[in-house]
Amino acid sequence: MPVPAPGERDLRLDLFRGLALWLIFLDHIPSNILNWITIRNYGFSDATEIFVFISGYTAAFVYGRAMRERGVVVASARILKRTWQIYVAHVFLFAIYMAEISYVAATFENPLYGEEMGIFDFLRQPDITLVQALLLKFKPANMDVLPLYIVLLAGFPPMLWILVRAPAAALGASLLLYLLTWNFGWNLPAYPSGYWVFNPFAWQLLFVFGAWCGLGGAKRLAALIESPITFVVAVLYLVFACAIALTWYIPGLDHFVPKWLEDWMYPIDKTNLDVLRFAHFMALAVVTVRLVPQQWTFLNSLWLRPAILCGQHSLEIFCLGVFLSFAGHFAMVEINEGIAMQIAVSVLGIVAMVATAALISWYKRVEGRSPGSRPGPPGAPTL
Amino acid sequence: MRLLAAALACALIGGGAFAKDTEGCIIAAGAVTPDFALPHVAAAIAKKRLDVVVIGSASSELTGPSGSNIAYPTRLAVALGNLLPGVAVKVATYAQARETAGEMERKLSRIAVQSKPALVVWQTGTADAIRGVDPDDFRLALEDGVDSLRAGGADTVFMNMQYSPRTETMLAVDAYGDAMRMVALQQEVVLFDRLAIMKRWNEAGVFDLYAATRKTDVAEQVHDCLGRLLAKVVVEAAKLTSAYKKDIP
Repeated sequence: MPVPAPGERDLRLDLFRGLALWLIFLDHIPSNILNWITIRNYGFSDATEIFVFISGYTAAFVYGRAMRERGVVVASARILKRTWQIYVAHVFLFAIYMAEISYVAATFENPLYGEEMGIFDFLRQPDITLVQALLLKFKPANMDVLPLYIVLLAGFPPMLWILVRAPAAALGASLLLYLLTWNFGWNLPAYPSGYWVFNPFAWQLLFVFGAWCGLGGAKRLAALIESPITFVVAVLYLVFACAIALTWYIPGLDHFVPKWLEDWMYPIDKTNLDVLRFAHFMALAVVTVRLVPQQWTFLNSLWLRPAILCGQHSLEIFCLGVFLSFAGHFAMVEINEGIAMQIAVSVLGIVAMVATAALISWYKRVEGRSPGSRPGPPGAPTL
Repeated sequence: MRLLAAALACALIGGGAFAKDTEGCIIAAGAVTPDFALPHVAAAIAKKRLDVVVIGSASSELTGPSGSNIAYPTRLAVALGNLLPGVAVKVATYAQARETAGEMERKLSRIAVQSKPALVVWQTGTADAIRGVDPDDFRLALEDGVDSLRAGGADTVFMNMQYSPRTETMLAVDAYGDAMRMVALQQEVVLFDRLAIMKRWNEAGVFDLYAATRKTDVAEQVHDCLGRLLAKVVVEAAKLTSAYKKDIP
């Protein structure tokens, strides 16, 4: 991925982050026919990888410049301020989740689902549950990505300091932490039991790798990325992953996977960012960079504008997407769960995300012009 | 707006059409066939005496209005009796609410030794998802459980979670369902995919799984259909054991 000249924003980053946000939204609506178009059904990795990598890339791009120009303290303070904003956003989402789950707990009853009603037990102990949620140990379903970001960003200032001075050493340290995590099974504890769904000690590898690329690493890899051999290997791997993924969904196909391959391959560990997933993301990146050059004029077309807008306001749109997936599923349960409704909910959700992103851009422009306020930093906010 | 109108129209047309007949659910369940054989069950059928143990959590229990037991294990016993005339079928249930796979696993070898069943139906996953048990620990508990049942001379059938549309966004069961499928594949254990079957029923409109109700009629029908499908899978899996094929009707 060629590095953009300083000040010039690589629209591809916004585009693919915006698309990842849409896919995450769709994936978070259960029993939705449009889930079938998302990439997790056709390979090992999913939109989370794209999102974490691009977030690392843009974080390093924006805060790396701040660190060079304004020093370690200012850059670190800005990163930690961003971390705080994401924490507040997470708590806000948790409040919405509590509202929904409390409503369902009060209104839904069915003897068939006596066991499933057990998830409402935590409402009886708000003293413990709320504190555990504020400590990021109690995380409802589908609310695991923001806590991962909070930890990744909180640990980012020292990592960025090393990245700016000795990129290779930083990448090496990140890889070492990943390997040690796999070796010793490190992870953060969760409540009421178990561990974090996205292990930050493992997922940091993708974030730091993104950051490394954002600080010029991509240029160093250019020869490797652009080599036809790499491209062919990447395509072959994507085809292999797609074939394996199809055996998960089409009954009977799993008998064609040799036992030795199954034993070696499974489980493909999402929690700890399985190396197969990492490699799958890398292959996708290699193919994407080849097919979508930075100077591609279509990037400026109106057709891609909605996704790019969403990608430029990723924190707000991510949170909105999580909320909309709750709300959309709620509407499906309360009104109708048919295919027409699934499509309506999905399309309306994405329209709402785009409209909100456009509104935020408009606010930024208006506030940037008004007297007394400072224009925002050249790079739009990063997650 | 037009889409929303279409959606509402769908709701009005589809809403009342829940099948009352008893065969509808079996047909709508699609192809429910075992992937592996059950040799101990086949041997037991040949000896005209089949002892089954169901171990599970709250979704293996259901009490009817008159206090009668109408859960799928009871229906399984009846259905097996119908499918296997002349064979003495006994189904014992050990269902404990909120029990995780790990907690059940610790009881399995004792159950295998005490009741000497030919088959253990192991229903699990939901309690683990509610408590957020590490999916790796869940997987290891399943593997250990299958090992100890094998050592005790029993076949195993896994039964995964129920499909529960109301709680889908609140309860992440996928990781546990995937772990179960994987262990079933690697250990050559029959998986009774309750989750997929109930999803198909929901899509086909066989049962209204969304209704908020205190009545047990739908729950009773669901359990009856699950029990009959499970019996069908058990008998078919026994037939896959070639040595005993001739003894099974």
